[in-house]
Amino acid sequence: MTGVTEEPTAARLTGQVEPILPAAVRKRSRRGRKRPTGAPRGKEHVSLRAKLATYLVLAPIAILFVAPFAWLVSASMQPLSTIFHNPPTWIPDHPTVAGYKGFLNVGHLTKAQQAQGHGDWRWFANSAFVSLSVTALQTFFNALCAYTFAKRKFPGRNAIFVLFLGTMMVPGQITLIPNYIIIQHIPFFGGNDWLGGGGHGWLDSYWGLIMPGVVSAFGIFLLRQYMMTIPDELLDAARIDGAGEFRIFWSVVLPLCAPALAANAIFTFQAAWEDFLWPLIVTSGDPDKITAPVGLALFVVQNRTDWNLLFAGSVIATLPMIVVFIIFQRQFVRGIAVTGVKG
Amino acid sequence: MSTAAVPARRDIRNTRVRRMFWRMWRERSAYLFIAPGVIVFSVFTLAALVFAIYLTFHRWSIIEPAKPYVGLQNYADMVHDERFVQSVLNTLYFTGASVPITMIIGLGLALLLNQPIRGRAVFRTAYYLPVITPFVVSALLWKWLYNGQYGLFNYYLMKGHLIDQPLLWLSDQNLAMPAVVLMTIWSGVGFSMVVYLAGLQAIPESVYESAELDGAGTLRRVWYITIPMLRPTTLFLLVIGIIGSLQTFTQIFVMTSGGPVNKTTTMVYYMYLWAFKYYDMGYASTLAFALFVLLLIFTAVQIRLFRGNEGVS
Repeated sequence: MTGVTEEPTAARLTGQVEPILPAAVRKRSRRGRKRPTGAPRGKEHVSLRAKLATYLVLAPIAILFVAPFAWLVSASMQPLSTIFHNPPTWIPDHPTVAGYKGFLNVGHLTKAQQAQGHGDWRWFANSAFVSLSVTALQTFFNALCAYTFAKRKFPGRNAIFVLFLGTMMVPGQITLIPNYIIIQHIPFFGGNDWLGGGGHGWLDSYWGLIMPGVVSAFGIFLLRQYMMTIPDELLDAARIDGAGEFRIFWSVVLPLCAPALAANAIFTFQAAWEDFLWPLIVTSGDPDKITAPVGLALFVVQNRTDWNLLFAGSVIATLPMIVVFIIFQRQFVRGIAVTGVKG
Repeated sequence: MSTAAVPARRDIRNTRVRRMFWRMWRERSAYLFIAPGVIVFSVFTLAALVFAIYLTFHRWSIIEPAKPYVGLQNYADMVHDERFVQSVLNTLYFTGASVPITMIIGLGLALLLNQPIRGRAVFRTAYYLPVITPFVVSALLWKWLYNGQYGLFNYYLMKGHLIDQPLLWLSDQNLAMPAVVLMTIWSGVGFSMVVYLAGLQAIPESVYESAELDGAGTLRRVWYITIPMLRPTTLFLLVIGIIGSLQTFTQIFVMTSGGPVNKTTTMVYYMYLWAFKYYDMGYASTLAFALFVLLLIFTAVQIRLFRGNEGVS
């Protein structure tokens, strides 16, 4: 609105961010524009005493929730000596990026730093690549399946759909162990012959990290519910105009489902970025292929004491989640509504 | 009569089959659309499920070439395995403590934040921050906070004279599980709060208005209107929460490695040990099925419970 930024994309980005960051401003403007008629808080008057009591409850809890982060960020910029110091240092006297350098293993590490041990920037690159791939592929394949189940009539549709639904209850732990073995025996990959023997298959590879996650029965179910609401006439009109089936899906259905797709994509990205158990076992043979959460966890479990590196790595691992949250905050809330929580 | 009917019936069947094939051919793009999904799903869910069942009847070690059929031996072993029983009890303890507390705190915060007060968004963001943090990060951060020598908890508790001696949170037999539960509550409250807020917005105002006319105070309104109206939300959170915490693994792996003396070994962690430390995939798979059965029982009971209540009211 202010027209300070020259780049249109940057302006659009800030336009998206604006509703979240200056929270107080946003709330006031929103309240001024439209008061939600359904919400009970609209008419209810809150007395000053009640307000004060509310703040007295909310504020200490908020401090308890935020303090660990403040410490995390602060400690990530401290040398080890002040981290291991009582009383704790909340504001570092001499902020340093040594922890970040050490964890990413970039720049020139001194001999002492090398001996102290380091992380690897590849862990974050792996995490980013895997999460983005899973998100893109899963959103696309989920949408394809959901649309077909929702709007196409073909023999076997219900049987296949029920099969999908029926396994939604099966926890990932059941399929974890067999999938590990299946991944190990994928033919023609990782030195395997056509029978899937001899090599390590998709273990320690991006394939193994990505492929089991590219379809989600739950995601298909939610998207299908959403797509059922698209009127058939719209699709028929496109058909009469001579659009092919894929064209209809791509240019009619997908744009209409943007909110649901966004919710699906955001939740998938979050889950993929945070995923721990599967990457832990699939990449156990190759330290270059592990993802950021696994790298961090192994750091701790091996009883390494270089906590400044760990804290720095933790901050980096958290950043993408915060960025995604800030940009898509509205979709988060809408996503929860789409997930059928509204009852 | 019958001799005349049989060829006719076969004819009908033939045309029906032919018509079905024709419809399948006409809708071939539909099959193409679901093909990627169906293939991946068949391999990593259906085949995996069948294979998991197969594994439970075998002694299947990754490192040994022989994978003999052992019948129900794995199941028999499981029933007599004291560590398994302990892991079930630990998991139930963890779930029973973390899920209700998380939901109650989340509901309380949601009720407070549903008022027209200034700075709601700031509070909301603060409480939601732990939810967006990767779980591994939360776990290792709390492991540090719990540290006996340098951890912030001990420092501030001792400064406030709440304790005299530093507590060894994660290596104390009685404190380890509560410590893990506390960390889990911290990271889950924000989600409960946001879901409850969404549920609160869906309650129509007219319900409150009529209650106000009847002279019901704030607390009575919350107890008799808000909480019953939130039943679907509560059920959702309960199911999601229980399913999630029965599968607890990350905190345990990072913070306690199942110790001290198995006090925090959850079912999934125990399964992980058997599969990837002792390499016995057959037994580990059997343990996974025990978890599955537990999940099914819990979910069925919850849905039955809530449906029954709804029928009464």
